[in-house]
Amino acid sequence: MPGDDGLVLTAEEQSMLAGEQGPATAMCMRLIVGVARANGAGRLVPIESAHADGCLYHGVAGLEFTERLVSLGARVRVRTTLNVGSLDLLHPGLVRADPEVAENGRRLMDAHVALGCEAIWSCAPYQSGHRPKQGSHVAWAESNAIAFVNSVLGARTDRYGDFIDIAAGVAGRVPYSGLHLQRNRAAALVLDFSAVPAALLDDDVAWPAIGALLGELAGTRVAALTGLPADLNDGGVTEDRLKALGATAASAGGVALFHVVGVTPEAPTLDAVLGPGATTVPVTAHDLRRARERLSTAATTSLDAVSLGTPHFSLSEFAALAHELRAGPSFSPSVDVFVSTSRAVLAEAEARGYADAVRDAGGRILTDTCTYVTPVLRDGIRTVMTNSGKWAWYAPANLGIDTVLGSLAECVASARAGRVVRDERLWG
Amino acid sequence: MTLSGRSLHPGQADGVVLALDEPLSFWGGVDARGVIVDAHHPQRGATVAGQVLAMQAGRGSSSSTAVLAELIRSGHAPAALLLAECDAILVIGALVAAEIYDTSLPIVQLTHDDLARLHTGSQAAVLAHTAPRPATVIAKIR
Repeated sequence: MPGDDGLVLTAEEQSMLAGEQGPATAMCMRLIVGVARANGAGRLVPIESAHADGCLYHGVAGLEFTERLVSLGARVRVRTTLNVGSLDLLHPGLVRADPEVAENGRRLMDAHVALGCEAIWSCAPYQSGHRPKQGSHVAWAESNAIAFVNSVLGARTDRYGDFIDIAAGVAGRVPYSGLHLQRNRAAALVLDFSAVPAALLDDDVAWPAIGALLGELAGTRVAALTGLPADLNDGGVTEDRLKALGATAASAGGVALFHVVGVTPEAPTLDAVLGPGATTVPVTAHDLRRARERLSTAATTSLDAVSLGTPHFSLSEFAALAHELRAGPSFSPSVDVFVSTSRAVLAEAEARGYADAVRDAGGRILTDTCTYVTPVLRDGIRTVMTNSGKWAWYAPANLGIDTVLGSLAECVASARAGRVVRDERLWG
Repeated sequence: MTLSGRSLHPGQADGVVLALDEPLSFWGGVDARGVIVDAHHPQRGATVAGQVLAMQAGRGSSSSTAVLAELIRSGHAPAALLLAECDAILVIGALVAAEIYDTSLPIVQLTHDDLARLHTGSQAAVLAHTAPRPATVIAKIR
């Protein structure tokens, strides 16, 4: 049994809890302290920023909670960015939500803006200008953002979700527990990729497959990945590859922190992150093929749509897509192509001509939300190809469709051909 | 038998035990009436509403917070939650519902061994004080 409650609050925190800084701060502190007591935390820790995902509508309770905060006069006291909402405010015609959900979704988004949050509406805040520095304490919600900020940026967040994220933004504090503590950031598991051919690791599609395998083997444990070369032909272990890896691992297993030895900031060497009693698992190309197949539920090569950008497409992904589209045919009229991104990245992609390249080929660009959290795909769509392991993991259950995982190049080739086209030679 | 545990959220409840064989994610795992709809869960079709729900741990998405709060709001939540592993996601759902709907869903952490002594269908009374004061679960043995 965990020990007795030993939570110690500073004078400032006691003042906030007692209501001396307003009823909204007091309410948020009650939530933070309640979680701290449940977690057995000894104290709270100030945070430098927050990323809130409670702005996606899940029901009346979340709306009433947020509007209560607004009515009590709450304001966030640290920089707080917002995750995707239920609507595309820039392209309202693309979302097909029912009127009540659309209305409540809009109210929920408005309420978060009224609290002083930044309306970036992105699940990849780290590619929309919000990049906490290594070692800083933050309160980030949304599973892929949590994995990225912990692993790739080396800031410290525990797994936060609805309600506690915005409460942390208002109170500026979180329990000093979980992944805020150094001892909980050590690897309990080592996955060794040195036997996987470099040609496979050079292909983008390997990275969501690595994430799926990591999620399956690690669950919620911290893992260290060795044998992933930092000098691959296509730019090495790029940020977008780590994004794809982390998003899939967070979906398939609940991974909130991983270390890529020689690449991510807390893992210059394996010894720097190795926890006591960690076990090592060798990984083969066959393991990755099996992971890829778990993300591909479609039994045929017929194709109705392609979905890119879960997490939100980055500027470099737009550049790669525009490169693939250059001087080639348009997409087949039978295939709907969607790219989900943030409005900030879209503005950059417009300036560089990437967005027009996508539209000229017949694709559509969605902002502020995502094709897997709100109805965008038309009725009758059965099979969707994606380069996102997260999208492929959730879509069969959430959207009732079949998925095919492929690289960006395979997604483009398939959208043009009107059927699934994949290069099987890499997989051995 | 009387079991003592750690109070994760205060409250008092009586009900029939539903002991889950596997962890359950509320998000995607239960419908709006509290029926288990997770296709992979061995107790699919069972109803958590009004039950003293015993499970080793929560599972899955952080959005389970919002789903639990919504079940409390609509009257389809379990009467109490008994866990072997602390799950902050579920605690937050109960905390938020307490703030905005003035409810008190007790959540109690028991040892794995004590949790395993609770069987589906038996009656249980749960009393969880505000932490750090303890919680007790009084259950009839089948």
